[in-house]
Amino acid sequence: MEKMINLTINNLPVTVEEGTTILQAARQLNIRIPTLCNHEDLCVAGNCRVCVVEQVGMRTLQASCATPVRENMQILTNSMQVRQARKTIIELLLSEHNADCTKCYKNGKCELQDLANEYRTGNQVYIDLVPLKHYTIDQSSPSILKDDSKCIRCQRCVRTCAELQAVSALSAAYKGSEMKISSFYERPMHEVVCTNCGQCINRCPTGALIEKNYIDEVWDAIYNPTKHVVVQTAPAVRVALGEELGFEPGARVTGKLVAALRRLGFDSVLDTDFTADLTIMEEGTELLTRLKKVLVDGDKNTALPMFTSCSPGWIKFIEHTFPELLPNLSTCKSPQQMFGALAKTWYAQKKGINPKDMVSVSIMPCTAKKFEATRPEMRDSGYQDVDYVLTTRELAIMIKQAGIEFMKLEDEDYDSFMGESTGAAVIFGATGGVMEAALRTAYEIVTGREVPFTNLNITPVRGMEGVREATIKVENVKPEWSFLEGAEVKVAVAHGLANAKQLMTAIRDGKAQYHFVEIMACPGGCLGGGGQPIPTSPAIRQKRAEAIYAEDEGLPIRKSHENPEIVQIYREFLSEPLGHRSHELLHTHYKPRKRY
Amino acid sequence: MANTEMFIRDLADKHGRRRESLMPILQEVIDARRYVDDEVMVNIAKELDLSAAEVYGTASFYSFIETEEVGHYVIRICKTIVCDMKGKDAIIEAIENTLKIKLGQTTPDKKFTFKTTNCLGWCHKGPAMLINDDVYSELTPEKAIEIIESYMHK
Amino acid sequence: MEATKLRRVDFVFRPDNTSIDVLRKTLKRDADDIILELIDSGLKGRGGAGFLTGLKWKLAKEAAGDIKYVICNADEGEPGTFKDREILDRVPRRVLTGMAICAHTIGAKEGFIYLRAEYKFLAHKLKAVMAEMNEEFKKLGLDFSVSLRYGSGAYVCGEETALIDSMEGRRGEPRNKPPFPVTAGYLNKPTVVNNVETFVNCCIIANIGADEYKKFGTDNSRGFKLFSVSGDCSKEGVFELELGMTLADFVEEFGDGDTKAVQVGGASGFCVPRKKFKDTIIGFEGIPTGGSMKIFNSTRSMYNVLHNYLEFFEEESCGQCTPCRVGCQQLIKGIEAVKRKEKPAGYLDELVKLAKVMKVASKCGLGQSVGNAFVSIVENFREEIVY
Repeated sequence: MEKMINLTINNLPVTVEEGTTILQAARQLNIRIPTLCNHEDLCVAGNCRVCVVEQVGMRTLQASCATPVRENMQILTNSMQVRQARKTIIELLLSEHNADCTKCYKNGKCELQDLANEYRTGNQVYIDLVPLKHYTIDQSSPSILKDDSKCIRCQRCVRTCAELQAVSALSAAYKGSEMKISSFYERPMHEVVCTNCGQCINRCPTGALIEKNYIDEVWDAIYNPTKHVVVQTAPAVRVALGEELGFEPGARVTGKLVAALRRLGFDSVLDTDFTADLTIMEEGTELLTRLKKVLVDGDKNTALPMFTSCSPGWIKFIEHTFPELLPNLSTCKSPQQMFGALAKTWYAQKKGINPKDMVSVSIMPCTAKKFEATRPEMRDSGYQDVDYVLTTRELAIMIKQAGIEFMKLEDEDYDSFMGESTGAAVIFGATGGVMEAALRTAYEIVTGREVPFTNLNITPVRGMEGVREATIKVENVKPEWSFLEGAEVKVAVAHGLANAKQLMTAIRDGKAQYHFVEIMACPGGCLGGGGQPIPTSPAIRQKRAEAIYAEDEGLPIRKSHENPEIVQIYREFLSEPLGHRSHELLHTHYKPRKRY
Repeated sequence: MANTEMFIRDLADKHGRRRESLMPILQEVIDARRYVDDEVMVNIAKELDLSAAEVYGTASFYSFIETEEVGHYVIRICKTIVCDMKGKDAIIEAIENTLKIKLGQTTPDKKFTFKTTNCLGWCHKGPAMLINDDVYSELTPEKAIEIIESYMHK
Repeated sequence: MEATKLRRVDFVFRPDNTSIDVLRKTLKRDADDIILELIDSGLKGRGGAGFLTGLKWKLAKEAAGDIKYVICNADEGEPGTFKDREILDRVPRRVLTGMAICAHTIGAKEGFIYLRAEYKFLAHKLKAVMAEMNEEFKKLGLDFSVSLRYGSGAYVCGEETALIDSMEGRRGEPRNKPPFPVTAGYLNKPTVVNNVETFVNCCIIANIGADEYKKFGTDNSRGFKLFSVSGDCSKEGVFELELGMTLADFVEEFGDGDTKAVQVGGASGFCVPRKKFKDTIIGFEGIPTGGSMKIFNSTRSMYNVLHNYLEFFEEESCGQCTPCRVGCQQLIKGIEAVKRKEKPAGYLDELVKLAKVMKVASKCGLGQSVGNAFVSIVENFREEIVY
């Protein structure tokens, strides 16, 4: 049992476990202490000082986020001294901050603005330091916009990039009044090791790090009568969009999402789930082919374990950090890019649309997808396969702009063509989901039976543990898969690039052996993606995950290979997984990038 | 440049490849080359398994780890209060005139860089300056010129 | 509180031929006994913060863990302080002996001297002495050796957790406390960080005993202290004085006859105007100092003095916490604006309020002490700041 500590906060007694911070203890009493640098996903910094409180008997104020409780402590969170200090600190932050709030992308969603409002800072007391700072805005990245003039140096982004992602594309640099958040040698973001995952955006309290937005471009396309605008929506969007539009975290809004997209004026409302299922067919077949090549043919050039390739943040990470493992990466494009390639080929053909008149938009939980869409590898339709990528947040802005009362929308279904979805595709949005979907299909291909898990739920690969492993024994296989008889297929799942790095290091050094590994760049998988609603926290991501699995269980078809549209596309267009057309449109290869 | 790669590898062999090896490595680069450039930092990052941004962020924190090119001799004159009271401005003027550069600049031949620095710990013998690691105190304009000239002929 | 009379003493710089004997004698003693004596002596850290040294050692000794470290903080950067440089130059063995006593007491096998880059010229000699002393430690059966680490030009690294960060290869950004270094310091191991002069005092106390040591100083400020004296003086340099004298006595001894103000404790200390010399005791009952004593005569502009300090802090703040990073910029820009008449004289009151917030809300001692000089100069020399 933990030792219990007694203290008072604002004269109210409270008893908490030893090691609890003053901030946490205050929450138990329903006393809110404002914070800026503090974030549930990150280590304590204690540098913004907004959360200072008075400890009776102490000369200085204490940062409540960083100070553990002690027996008989008397804390005041709202004394005159605390209020004066807090207000001064907010005013100081504002004096260094480009407070062009009405023009700011984060207007209404800025934690500093909220505090300024709460403390009625009013007329600026201090000298405006912004004109003296020669701030720059880095717009070089197709995903992330970095505006130093909005930065309050809380270092949430630095800690995110280091602790969650093990990338450290950003660091604090210089000291004193020159201190700033910087990339290597202040190089433009598109030249450095940034994976475009956008996790820094999810945790930036102000408008210093935001997504590069393409809202106006998409409106222009919609308004243009000569353009046919198709839109696809990623699995994780449907369990998070609601948070931006009045719902509690964990609300499933698939039907309203579809209805809203139609009202916005998209010509075709389609589902990335379709190509998620297609990914399973291609990637599952690729895995089985690789296993056969290695186990039967003894092919030394085929690499195992095979890694999933759905997460563009992960792709850029491996290109930079583990280029020697690139042969292990599945050649499958991500579902977004498979969709893009098919939209301007098969879909255009079927609908009789000239692909040059088509604008392909995707709604993604992800900022790295914006970068992915611009990659030179992603033009196999003869055009840029996906023209614009909007985040969940950008879509919410469009819905608000259009005056749509989202909560009151009647549910609608996706278009009947490239809009069919299975439970297997939906769970792509959660960490472990691609693995689970692949196993559901691959196991059945090999054995002719469903995976031996109750209700198809492969629980060992689910959850929020950073790295998870599972072993599936394959028995009584079909004759053509006899080489797998009795095999124990070892799989691993990791989410968040720090966990991925740990797993990759073990694999590279021969300390861990697997057949198949799923990696998602973001904590929790796509549901915690860099384009998802802000704020994010372990509890919020848990709710979104529960919603994803509920969506899966609620769908009549839960295995990718049973998706009737998948059957149809192989019959009409692709012939077979890994066939000639698939290779042309759905697969690609990646090249090493400089590590630094 | 393979040269730099080997240089940094040797330093890592000497000081280790842990995070706490970073400062000794950076300091030895400064001793040998007077400043760290991007190539040096990338190689340090590689050896120590850090990100290049972290190396840059750490290096730029320290005033004596120069991250821009400087001359062979870095002159740092103390600008803190007592040296200021004792006439550092006259010394600065004398050195600027001798080297024909302003504070913060490097001579065209890349021999000298002239900077100010915070308290050197010679207040009782101010004004004081450092040229690389060597201290010169109780300066007068004449003495300062003499010292600089002796370095010009080195 | 009774002040002492100004008295010069000679302990620190006495010719050093006793260190090894002191060490030999002390190594035979029980750690708890050493700690008790140190606590009894009343010795407080000589770097400026003034934490009871014996207590620090006690906490480090009691901290769990087999690996512990001793660090000598030779990052002497406070403007106007240069006594540690003199110590390291003249009596380095005493410092190393103090460190060895500490290692014996807390159970550390490794020690470091963190030397500021500006003092690198001392390194050659220091390394030779360290090698020699490490040999002596071995001969005396003490499993302890000291090596040298350098700073690279960052005043804030004199703050002990920033110093540790720097030694760990990071930006010197002070940490949240607790945990304190005595439980989680260098590489997260229990670590004693003491100032150069503090280690010398430990060595002296081990030699002469707490009873003898206690005869010097006042109740709150035991012993003697090195003072770095500079500015408009009759004599400048490092002087060893008993603690507890009044500033009036000090000025009488060291002033040039026209002293207007004394800055006690460097840029992070307090500015005392002439009218308060008599009532100001130098020590923990009055104004403590890490040793920096800067004397200003009537020809000096206190605006220039303040501006110089603020420029120093604006550059040397680590930049991580809001009150210090932005506060320093606002203070310097603020007095410039008042001087240029862009802001009314009353704006100084806003700045004093700000300085007081910095004092209580900053993360570390640097930001907390910027207000000392600011408030004491503005309150005592307001006219000079405005006009």
